[in-house]
Amino acid sequence: MVRNRVLLVLLLAGLLAAPSLAFLTLAPNRLVSGAPISLGAALHGEALILLLPAVLLALGVFLPQRRALHALTAAAAAGFLLLLVRLAGSEAALLAQTAPPVARISLGGAFWVLLIIAALALSDALRRLAVPAPAGVLLGAVVVGALGLLLLSGALDSLAIVREYAARRTAFAAAILRHAAMVALALLPTVLLGLPLGVLARRREALAAWLFPLLNVVQTIPSIALFGVLLAPLSGLAGHFPALARFGIGGVGVLPAVIALILYALLPVTRNTSEGLAGVSPAALEAGRGLGMTPRQLLWRVELPLALPVILSGLRIAALQTIGLAAVAALIGAGGLGAIMFQGLFADALDLVLLGVLPIILMALAANVLFDLGLGRLRRLRR
Amino acid sequence: MRARLRDPLLWTSLALVALVLALPRSKPLFAALFPGLERPLFELDDFAALLAGHLLLVGASSGAAVLLGLGAGIFVTRAAGAEFRGLVETIITIGQTFPPVAVLAVAVPVIGFGFDPAFIALLLYGLLPIVDTTIAGLAGVPAPLREAARGMGMGEGAILCKLELPLAAPVILAGVRSSVIINVGTATVASTVGARTLGLPIIIGLNGANPAYILQGAVPVALLAIVLDLAFGRLLAMLQPPRYSMPNS
Repeated sequence: MVRNRVLLVLLLAGLLAAPSLAFLTLAPNRLVSGAPISLGAALHGEALILLLPAVLLALGVFLPQRRALHALTAAAAAGFLLLLVRLAGSEAALLAQTAPPVARISLGGAFWVLLIIAALALSDALRRLAVPAPAGVLLGAVVVGALGLLLLSGALDSLAIVREYAARRTAFAAAILRHAAMVALALLPTVLLGLPLGVLARRREALAAWLFPLLNVVQTIPSIALFGVLLAPLSGLAGHFPALARFGIGGVGVLPAVIALILYALLPVTRNTSEGLAGVSPAALEAGRGLGMTPRQLLWRVELPLALPVILSGLRIAALQTIGLAAVAALIGAGGLGAIMFQGLFADALDLVLLGVLPIILMALAANVLFDLGLGRLRRLRR
Repeated sequence: MRARLRDPLLWTSLALVALVLALPRSKPLFAALFPGLERPLFELDDFAALLAGHLLLVGASSGAAVLLGLGAGIFVTRAAGAEFRGLVETIITIGQTFPPVAVLAVAVPVIGFGFDPAFIALLLYGLLPIVDTTIAGLAGVPAPLREAARGMGMGEGAILCKLELPLAAPVILAGVRSSVIINVGTATVASTVGARTLGLPIIIGLNGANPAYILQGAVPVALLAIVLDLAFGRLLAMLQPPRYSMPNS
């Protein structure tokens, strides 16, 4: 008797993917595509312990659905995830002993599919347990922290992605800093400009009538096109006034990227500020006026605090969008994690692509979680 | 007639067509604008073919995304699929934090260069807003309306096709719109992975420090995105139920 169909579908997908896709691939060098190593071939000796959480997950499909079972399912999913990563590391170390030193041992499709399935099973079990959001985030952080410890312990050192990291440690740290700096350099002016613009647009309809359609058009323009269009005049400017180039106002680089990122991020911030202010109830405004507040006090003490959740969701959209678009800015020479990603793309090296992509995704997920927690706290305070 | 002439959709579309036809003959213009360039005009490929390739990639991926996204959205809002709704919503929330370029970059080493990885990446990423708005649109249909339809003897299929989907259509279309606009942008970057799109002059111009090439790709692709956005705006306006003015009471 099937009692949890979501878990059943996830397990079936895993059973389908595990034998048909490679768990690891072993390539004698960077130019040759790798030979697949299946999960079955990697499961021997100590590694068989991976089957324990798998069996527990299978039990979760058929046993009566109680809280204790959901907790067990969550623990089994987290355990499976960590054991899977450890198995990939230990099997890679085993393969590396007999392989030539330039051999590349990469994570295969089966690894990624099983990793995602385990993460989804974990999130579904937590939802069934009705775990509150902050506790869920904490659990997620514990799993990520355990993965980090695994990485630091050296257990994953034979995997190609870790080797790529080791080979460019300083460049990688610089890329993360550059990426974060670009995001911060874009978001700060966006907030300083977007908030007053949003307030003004709410006050003057004539401004809103042309500002929002204009920002909307900017938003539809593909990022690479806007980067390119900004690049030409800025490089022309630097060509005519060489002094400017010394201040970084060259064509290629961070400045055109940051200008484009600000232009993109302005719409969500400005629109949500304006919409948030529009949503403030007339009764609250009336009460404020009754207390003798000046329009300025009304704005700072009544309107903006009440509009804050809507403004924050606009800022969340802007932040996520900026983190992603900053990757494209690598194409105009702005550097950052996108540079590592495109370098891997042009060299057809998936491990290098992932080394650039994974931190971008982690950054976006972290920003998303922070905004979630902030908005959740705000909502609880209101109650 | 006058209103027709001022229609922004009409003149931006005409501008796009005129631009693509005029670009191959514009060599003297760009030679005058950029006197320092050895090759002031992008001649490695035909602009009309690049526009067609761009439209084909976006059309094929967004078309497939609409079919799959509608299917998934309808499934999880039925009684049979309700259990999967939380899972699908988690995938959408997490998936939307992934940058579209990242999806593209990961697809290439797995699938290879060319049209296919771009198609797969655009399809996967384009799915998310469509599933999202399909669920929101269908969930937004008031339950009493559904009850009334059932009371009138309508079957589940008829309720879906004649009541729920028409009422949810504006919300779903808004999702399709953002999906298509994102895909136009990702398809531009997809020329880095060998797809034949309007991004090609931009990428080659960036690599060769040729600002003329960059402009020749960027302006048509920006115009294309604006035309498509305006077209969806028009479609959305047509779908909105006509507003009846309430008699003054």
